[in-house]
Amino acid sequence: MTAALINVPKKAKSGDVIEIKTLMSHVMETGYRRTTSGGVVPRDIITSFTCRFNGEEIFRADLFPATAANPFISFFTVATKSGKFDFEWIGDNGFSESASASITVE
Amino acid sequence: MAAAIRTVVGGATVQTGKVKLDIPPLVENGNSVPMTVSVASPMTANDYVKSIHVFNEKNPQPNLGNFYLGPRAGRAQVSTRVRLADSQKITAIAHFSDGSFWSVTAEVVVTLAACTEEVI
Repeated sequence: MTAALINVPKKAKSGDVIEIKTLMSHVMETGYRRTTSGGVVPRDIITSFTCRFNGEEIFRADLFPATAANPFISFFTVATKSGKFDFEWIGDNGFSESASASITVE
Repeated sequence: MAAAIRTVVGGATVQTGKVKLDIPPLVENGNSVPMTVSVASPMTANDYVKSIHVFNEKNPQPNLGNFYLGPRAGRAQVSTRVRLADSQKITAIAHFSDGSFWSVTAEVVVTLAACTEEVI
């Protein structure tokens, strides 16, 4: 069970523009907050998000502390053929999560 | 913000237009602000948006996000949620495949800022 929520249409017609929505659960600690004793809470964020379709990169994002907790990203792509979307999140402290979703194109 | 924009666009001139930035003008809680950037582009193999960069004025860091698209995106539009530390201007810049840069700026008023609360 991964911490990712992904919304990809199960079916599409060839040539359709489809929306892909992704949500990853993560605190996205900015590194700018302080505890009551004055210490800085160390940064812990996701720095990079990549989406590949059948191995080919179709979307990539650099994230910053300015991205809200549980990063939500939505974007578009053209449905060309049936295949698999692979999603990958990489972050501080060795954070790495991946997920995938399949689509059938008629 | 100006320095961060320069690292992306280099010496190129940034023109105003073609980009639309959807962000609420009045935000109650800066910890999670929905934002959508859409760019007017046919998104064909010869004429498409390569990347979208979003900057802010007053957060500790000038970047809100960099998004890299390609011709097969179909529609040059991305949505995400950001943190805003203060009422400020947000600028979105789109890098087109012909090398041109287009931008839009929106002003946001934030009543409860992000990043300031203490961890107990």
